[in-house]
Amino acid sequence: MNIVVCIKQVPDTTNVRINPETKTLMREGVESIINPFDCYALEEGVRLKERHGGKVTVVTMGPPQAETALREAVSLGADEAILVSDRAFAGSDTLATSYALAQAIRKVGAYDVILCGKQAIDGDTAQVGPGIAVHLGIPQITYVRKIEKVEGHLLRAERLTEEGYDVIEVKLPCMLTVVKEINEPRIASLKGKMAAKKAVVQKWTAETIGADTTRVGLDGSPTLVVEIFTPPPRPGGKMLHGEPPRIAAEAIADLRKMKVL
Amino acid sequence: MNHFLTEEQQMIRDTAREIAVKKIKPVALEYDEKNVFPWEIQKVIADAGLFGVYIEQTYGGMIDPAESKGIMNLVIAVEELSKACGGISLCLAATALGTIPIALFGNEQQKQKYLPDLASGKKVAAFGLTEAGAGSDAGSIQTTARKDGAFYILNGTKQWITNGHEAETYSIVAITDKSKGARGASAFILEKGMHGFTFGKKEDKMGIRASSTYELVFEDCKVPAANLLGKEGQGFVVAMKTFDMSRPGVAAQALGIAAGALDDAVEYARTRQQFGKPIVANQGLRFLLADMSIKVETARAIVYAVARSIDSGDLKCAKESAVAKCYASDVAMAVTTDAVQVFGGYGYMKEYPMEKRMRDAKITQIYEGTNQIQRDVIGLQLVKESASE
Repeated sequence: MNIVVCIKQVPDTTNVRINPETKTLMREGVESIINPFDCYALEEGVRLKERHGGKVTVVTMGPPQAETALREAVSLGADEAILVSDRAFAGSDTLATSYALAQAIRKVGAYDVILCGKQAIDGDTAQVGPGIAVHLGIPQITYVRKIEKVEGHLLRAERLTEEGYDVIEVKLPCMLTVVKEINEPRIASLKGKMAAKKAVVQKWTAETIGADTTRVGLDGSPTLVVEIFTPPPRPGGKMLHGEPPRIAAEAIADLRKMKVL
Repeated sequence: MNHFLTEEQQMIRDTAREIAVKKIKPVALEYDEKNVFPWEIQKVIADAGLFGVYIEQTYGGMIDPAESKGIMNLVIAVEELSKACGGISLCLAATALGTIPIALFGNEQQKQKYLPDLASGKKVAAFGLTEAGAGSDAGSIQTTARKDGAFYILNGTKQWITNGHEAETYSIVAITDKSKGARGASAFILEKGMHGFTFGKKEDKMGIRASSTYELVFEDCKVPAANLLGKEGQGFVVAMKTFDMSRPGVAAQALGIAAGALDDAVEYARTRQQFGKPIVANQGLRFLLADMSIKVETARAIVYAVARSIDSGDLKCAKESAVAKCYASDVAMAVTTDAVQVFGGYGYMKEYPMEKRMRDAKITQIYEGTNQIQRDVIGLQLVKESASE
């Protein structure tokens, strides 16, 4: 089974602050990590490989320093690593990014399952995984909490919903985005770390993947960021005290004043 | 501070640290309370490859014997794991104690048979010397091994054996010739399940409760003669050479317990507010933390130095090895006691991780040679060195 896992290198947002003047992320001195949800995708990919054989190819699109994320992925069990990196990709939104990744995956060739984290913790859009599936014209299951089985050309998985879960069956090849309930990622072994040190990370440009340059970068990105701001903290609520009839009367009066009633 | 770790050693440190923080810390108090062997964590440590850090590559481990004995590797791993729990780290440290005799004295067949599964962590090991009447006075052990054709027949009871019951491979010392005194002991490799090998009582201990401590009972236990380690009569040589190599591991356990206590104490002192300010704002408290740090850093220096000396092939460091074990364990006791003090009332409560560290620290002053025995070794060695000049 050929498994492709898409990962993103993100700033460790547990330490990130927003510059109050420029309203942008203050990235200086913030450690870069593999997007945590992608770690679950990677772990699931490695487990699929351990169960069914085959190999795991990990792909990321990003600046040259994203290579460290790929090496970490190798230490966690990925067999091959591909860095899709080109100035032409700068400013890509989720549509352009998913297009570029889909092109890269096409070039990887025979693939059975593509795995992504449900979303990245920096942008929180949850659009790139589904975008890849659409670009490739393959079925997708989002928010997967369990892969029940892979048999022949069928994969059955549980999709987490707010009320419970759906059981969905799709034909291979397919794209899955996973939630953290799916597994507990392993700790990289010493052997894995040695392999990561020696691993050859392939570097692919827009040309390598045959990307239409009008569909990537700022030009290929219909999304426009108008403003980024920290929402003001919610003002405290009003506590009502006293006997229930009095509280009810006061609440109704307040709601009328707010024109809710 | 630069401790001049090799790239491999940095990997070992980072891996062990990640396991300590992510896997051990959240469950340390639970294992302490339940008093059971941490199989779940043992598997994580095994999968990460830490059980092989002191074993030769030929047998599935990590070291090239021409370059190192792997003791510094072991020290780093045990130190990091012990920062989170000095009991759980013993599944590795006590396995090393049971494995080193085979690595040092095993013949090719024995090494090929036993070391790979111990290097991968598929099995854990234990070492059995101590008996009810033979602690510091190891020479007075009563367990006997009588040669009978292709077997040795063992009879006796070993006491306080770490990893007992959980281990599948045991290095056991027994008397083969009573008339020869200390030269009449021999070492054997035993396997769990050998005929006549059973387990006695499980000990209920003050600390290191995530380790299992059992009696081993031999009743006409049949051990193949091929499982004799080294030669007949070499039993105490096996034990002493093993201790020379394993003592830095116990010292590292003590060091880790102390370092973990210091880290938590500093963090607590920064966040705990009294009189409207963090308690660390008091110089008296900072001095206490500073003294704890002085102890931890000096302990680390001697432990690393001895481990590196052994790795370099210089095994004539019994004195320094004793200094490291003795000093690091005294430091562990002192630092954990002070750490409880920093935590105040909270330090005394089982809900917080401090009183456990104090209980865990105590054993390091007692086992693998009490600190009185260590001082005796040091003192006698001093006299010997002076007399030979």
